[in-house]
Amino acid sequence: MVAGLMLKIRALARPGLEPVDLDLAAGEAVALLGPSGSGKTLLLRAIADLDPNDGSVGLDERDRNAMTAPQWRHQVTYLAAEPGWWSARPADHFADPAAARDLLPPLKLAPEMLDRPIAELSTGERQRIALARVLIQSPQVMLLDEPTSVLDQETTRAVEAVLRARLDAGAALIFSTHDESLAKRLASRRLRMENGRASFEPESAIA
Amino acid sequence: MTASYITLDWMDLILAALLVILNGVLSIWLHLRMERQFLIAALRMCVQLGLMGLVLKTLFALVSPVLTGLAVLVMVLFAGREIMARQERKFQGFWAYGLGTSSVLFAGTLVMLFALATQIQADPWYHPRYAIPLLGMILGNTMTGIAVGMNTLTERVARDKNAIETMLALGETRGAALRPLVRSAVRNGLIPIVNAMSAAGVVSLPGMMTGQILSGVEPLEAIKYQILVMFLIAGGTGIGVVIAVHAAAARLSDTRHRLRLDRLELE
Repeated sequence: MVAGLMLKIRALARPGLEPVDLDLAAGEAVALLGPSGSGKTLLLRAIADLDPNDGSVGLDERDRNAMTAPQWRHQVTYLAAEPGWWSARPADHFADPAAARDLLPPLKLAPEMLDRPIAELSTGERQRIALARVLIQSPQVMLLDEPTSVLDQETTRAVEAVLRARLDAGAALIFSTHDESLAKRLASRRLRMENGRASFEPESAIA
Repeated sequence: MTASYITLDWMDLILAALLVILNGVLSIWLHLRMERQFLIAALRMCVQLGLMGLVLKTLFALVSPVLTGLAVLVMVLFAGREIMARQERKFQGFWAYGLGTSSVLFAGTLVMLFALATQIQADPWYHPRYAIPLLGMILGNTMTGIAVGMNTLTERVARDKNAIETMLALGETRGAALRPLVRSAVRNGLIPIVNAMSAAGVVSLPGMMTGQILSGVEPLEAIKYQILVMFLIAGGTGIGVVIAVHAAAARLSDTRHRLRLDRLELE
């Protein structure tokens, strides 16, 4: 287990999102809960610097403005609820498809799936391949937007195990979900969002 | 110009106008409801060209660098307006007009000055009899190329938003994420001039060459002029499209490598 403060967020805000303060330690997971449109996606995108925003975000005491946006996003990587594709086959989306194949079985995907046309894959399969695309870059902080929203219980458990292994290896995680039990199992703290305002659930306030 | 060209009198034009009236009759007969448009467009053309004739006559008589420059400016501003009007999704604010206009201004005047300074050594070099027609031909095509290129870019970036943002989120630069779209937009902007050059002389007899031949110029001389003008058009279109599409791509993203569709007007 790696300890210590990792991601430090101060007064992060943008239209539709009131200022958020958040400290995240290595190995820690925070769950974002709240109804659709409450600002979960806005918060995750703001941390990744994908929209204009105010406030400061730093990683290991290094402010994100001290590095280029691509450098920042290699370390703090956002995965959209509906990820995009720019080529016909999943394999084309990996710099190293051979390495990608090894990541698939733990996510309950067959390695051959990388060579099938994306249009033939189910939403759940695409979601997990997109997760593999993030995992292969080994970011320090993962920002996952509803990573298990279309998965059944069994598959959700498999994804959860993969994420837990990354946490044990020292990564940190912020994820949004509507699955309260997943949030309880995986996250040490739960951030509840309502109308763009984020507040920690009292029983989980002990960091 | 050696000799024989046949001047037209007004009666000849009235006879030709019968063809437009025929179009109007066809429109009424087939319920196309285009008769009004035909009438207005035909009248507009007559008025606009008539005014242009008067302007050119005055400019040619005066040969003033200031007035010629002013005419060039007005033509460029109209070309810019036309580029803006052809955008399905315009940029917000100044950029809606400024981006296309500055691209067409740069490419059009650069190529016009190049031609005036080298191939066509008019005396004085700014003589409107050479500058204005040259610019007109370069401008018309460059304008179309820029309009098509920018339109392709904004439309495809909006369509492929998810893919672009996913690339950016994974740490790609905006250049890498937008590159395929920039390429296809530039390509679309350049296709018309490639087609025009391919078809010239086989399918189509370009207007300028036809005009010169009608006014008595030797066909081979007219063709040399036409080839020169086609090259100028190709150059102007290429420069203009590349600048406009890259500037539009830069405007659709920012230095923190974010996609900025918010800089376009809402649909």
